[in-house]
Amino acid sequence: MTYSNQLLDHYNNPRNVGSLDKADDRVGTGLVGAPACGDVMKLQIRVNDAGVIEDAKFKTFGCGSAIASSSLATQWLKGKNLSEAENLKNTDIANHLALPPVKIHCSILAEDAIKAAIADYKEKQSKKTTSEAPAA
Amino acid sequence: MNNIYTLPTAAPRQRPIYMDYQATTPCDPRVVEAMIPWFTEKFGNPHSRNHEYGWEAEEATLMAREHIADLIGAEAKDIIFTSGATESNNLAIKGVASFYKGRKNHIVTCVTEHKCVLDACRHLEEDGFHVTYLPVMANGLIDLDLLAQSLTDQTAIVSIMAVNNEIGVIQPLADIGKLCRERGVFFHTDAAQAAGKIPLDVEAMNIDLLSISGHKLYGPKGIGALYVRRRNPRVRLSAIIHGGGQERGMRSGTLPTPLCVGLGEACRLAKTEMTEENKRLTSYRDLFLNLLSEALTDLHINGDKQQRIPSNLNISFAFVEGESLMMSIKDLAVSSGSACTSASLEPSYVLRALGVEEELAHTSLRIGFGRFTTEDEVRQAAASLIAAVTKLRAMSPLWEMVKEEGIDLRTIQWTGH
Repeated sequence: MTYSNQLLDHYNNPRNVGSLDKADDRVGTGLVGAPACGDVMKLQIRVNDAGVIEDAKFKTFGCGSAIASSSLATQWLKGKNLSEAENLKNTDIANHLALPPVKIHCSILAEDAIKAAIADYKEKQSKKTTSEAPAA
Repeated sequence: MNNIYTLPTAAPRQRPIYMDYQATTPCDPRVVEAMIPWFTEKFGNPHSRNHEYGWEAEEATLMAREHIADLIGAEAKDIIFTSGATESNNLAIKGVASFYKGRKNHIVTCVTEHKCVLDACRHLEEDGFHVTYLPVMANGLIDLDLLAQSLTDQTAIVSIMAVNNEIGVIQPLADIGKLCRERGVFFHTDAAQAAGKIPLDVEAMNIDLLSISGHKLYGPKGIGALYVRRRNPRVRLSAIIHGGGQERGMRSGTLPTPLCVGLGEACRLAKTEMTEENKRLTSYRDLFLNLLSEALTDLHINGDKQQRIPSNLNISFAFVEGESLMMSIKDLAVSSGSACTSASLEPSYVLRALGVEEELAHTSLRIGFGRFTTEDEVRQAAASLIAAVTKLRAMSPLWEMVKEEGIDLRTIQWTGH
């Protein structure tokens, strides 16, 4: 398979590989995909008090397109607020990396990972407010 | 938006190390040298009976037939030239089935056969034949008891490959041949990956039909052969290609003299050098495996550890996806059982047939050594793989979960897609 230079750049020099502390309630973690399907993405965001994503990390088991898609996703997430992040579309990732048609699902997986990370963060926040409520 | 795909290359580069000898082999320069005169000054039609041009060409094809027959313990007259193993397999299976149609309607083969055998069988099923697709055991070999049970008085032919193209395991040919002979069933074997790699003897192994490919044993592409037993018992088959009645009427068409000569020379060299070559390849394979196992854990070798040719290794590198691994070893030309390298997005049907878990099937590479592999290349390949696997495991969420967090992956509710 031949790939675009953008894709190869993200594959060869992946941005933001690593992990954030799952236990931190400012951190949202998304784990999507399945080993049997050949791709699993773990994408994490850390959101500051202003609601802005100040850090994003990923680890991906998958093909070159999956790794590049998650690398690009973390790069784009940094500095965005949550509603901007929720609006990131798989088509933006697919277009930027010029994904071949059979690899479009990699960008869909990246979008799913972003959504899952945001949902996890929001759930943590709502738990925090409900558990803090009686004390207040 | 940028839709221009460019090759993953920058400055002028060295070509990758070739480690895909099960896909094809380079033509041995000695083979090419033997072929050259038959393109130019000795261009005669080997079927021309009236002049020297024809006679010398016929003589050359006869010599080639003898070399091919020699490699498998057959006689020159038993050898039919074809365009390659795909045609040989089609001719053997469809030809026998069609000749004996009406009397026999059953075929036995195996789920890990090459696609051309499986598809020929599927085609015959549409034609009213019954086909038994034998499963394989976890080591990739067929179960002889199961084979014995599957034979009926309706069985026309059993087709079991000699050496598997993906995992390199050697099927128990002599046992299969003995069983088939006892039960009066023809035994065909696709020996594309076996001829010139392991000793083959159609008499000792009771093989009735045997397919050979030129380009898998350092011969030219576009030529192959089919051994068809002429007596004890005689195998009859219906031709697929009709015409001038060449090749005992089984395969019409003018013989490509240079290709025939090339295949013959390739077989002659293989027979002479097989023992030495296998010793060398075994030492390279062991060296390669030792280097890998010293540096990496969680390697799984697919297929039987003993019953295998030395020039093939099919390894699953757990927690690292095969296509991304291949992208990281651009200095190596190998192939992968991973889904992502194929248009179908399905992992290898051969690995699945072995019962290799899908997550491991996605992580497999096929590494093939051959006649022109050097020890330096083996060392460089190992180093390159070790670096790539280490890098990719460091960014694998599965590696992190299993190795750092001690999570059993089977307890996770995955969101498959």
